[in-house]
Amino acid sequence: MESLTNKKKVLEAKPLNFWERAYLPAILSGLSITMKHFFRKPVTIKYPEVKREFSENYRGLHSLKRDENGKERCTACGLCALSCPAEAITMIAAERQPGEENLYREEKYAAVYEINMLRCIFCGLCEEACPKEAIYLDGDIVPTDFLRKDFIYGKDKLVEAPLNQ
Amino acid sequence: MPEEQLVKVNIDGIPVEVAAGTTILNAARQIGGDIVPPAMCYYSKLSGSGGKCRTCLVKVSKGSEKDPRPMPKLVASCRTTVMDGMEVQNITSAEVIEARKGIVEMLLLNHPLDCPICDQAGECSLQDLGYEHGAAKTRYEFERRQFERIDIGDKIQLHMTRCILCYRCVFVADQITDHRIHGILNRGDHSEISTYIHQAVDNDFSGNVIDVCPVGALTDKTFRFKNRVWFTKPVEAHRDCDKCCGKVTLWYKGEDVLRVTGRKDVYGEVEEFICNTCRFDQKKTVDWIIEGPRKVANTSVISSNHYDSLKPLPVIKKNLALQEANKEQLERYTRL
Repeated sequence: MESLTNKKKVLEAKPLNFWERAYLPAILSGLSITMKHFFRKPVTIKYPEVKREFSENYRGLHSLKRDENGKERCTACGLCALSCPAEAITMIAAERQPGEENLYREEKYAAVYEINMLRCIFCGLCEEACPKEAIYLDGDIVPTDFLRKDFIYGKDKLVEAPLNQ
Repeated sequence: MPEEQLVKVNIDGIPVEVAAGTTILNAARQIGGDIVPPAMCYYSKLSGSGGKCRTCLVKVSKGSEKDPRPMPKLVASCRTTVMDGMEVQNITSAEVIEARKGIVEMLLLNHPLDCPICDQAGECSLQDLGYEHGAAKTRYEFERRQFERIDIGDKIQLHMTRCILCYRCVFVADQITDHRIHGILNRGDHSEISTYIHQAVDNDFSGNVIDVCPVGALTDKTFRFKNRVWFTKPVEAHRDCDKCCGKVTLWYKGEDVLRVTGRKDVYGEVEEFICNTCRFDQKKTVDWIIEGPRKVANTSVISSNHYDSLKPLPVIKKNLALQEANKEQLERYTRL
């Protein structure tokens, strides 16, 4: 077929000359490139020990915040789960009992709050939807694990540590 | 019956012929669509309701054919009957839109805005109204009214803080149930819905106050904090009931019926009132004959994340050998 673009190049296959056939010069020039890199600054980092600096608006692991009195802000309104495009968030609400006023800010709270980190795409829509400023994606990279079930993070991993600890 | 006299009215430029004695609101409802004024207190199934919330205000630019002068003030369309040749402006009048914005601000003066907690969120008329007409900020600087929660019987809960005093529940107690025990205490700004000395409303139809309440003031205690409305799936169902029509909407979450309500039409009014047995006691699928999923407007939050129309293709071809292998692998891993 005739070329449409005129960019076609016909390659010539020539037999190797003596230096190419000698093998060693090619190996040496290749190794010299490798050796050069030994003395350069490495582009990679040793991840778990060394961490890169994240940008200020980096979206990492979620955390459920407490207010200034150490009460949980989340009231299980379900707007994060509604806005979640990956449907990674589920929750079960419960009513605050008398005597628990120092634990939860509103009369309703999330008894169970789970985020499936395998589903989560870290888009930050839950953070945007939250009317109580309870959820923020201000954490780290999600650590690796072996089992799928261990990627479903419950309140034990998500809620911030209490104030006086 | 003699033939009813028909009068011609013009609402937002749309002509309609209705029977004499119809209110402007009902005439607009016969046309339907965007031009229907919102109503918080008027309830077509309850006689005497309406005229309290003022959200249905409209402008009458021409009184009638005989007396074409416009009405001097905005009128409540649920209480004003039509006249022959009347011309009404609702959404075409900037004055009405502005007045409605003021009304919403007024209704929200004492409202706690605890929608994240409230069980009514997602199907609340005040929420819709505020979203459509309200301003984002309030100018009210004073302390909002505070009330303790009141249990009306063991199945109904009253949050007076959320009440907008539409009096619908009082009309229900008056007209649907045998004798009323709850009503309004005090006057004016101090008025509150209450059962006198916390007396239980004990009647087969008392649960209907939950359905008629346009806000979250009267809520179902058996549904309290169970789930958000938009995570549940409404299904139409019926059963043989010796007390009521038995036609209801079931709100499913997975396999469980979380809540039973009457069937509501586009204006948020129940088609027929249901009894407390249907509402509170029959919460198993076997009790009901399912008719099919309820039609929910696609603008409603309830329809979000319900993929009824969208049927995505299966991502992975069904392979039984693969499923078996996966199950085996999972067992092996979880043993670790």
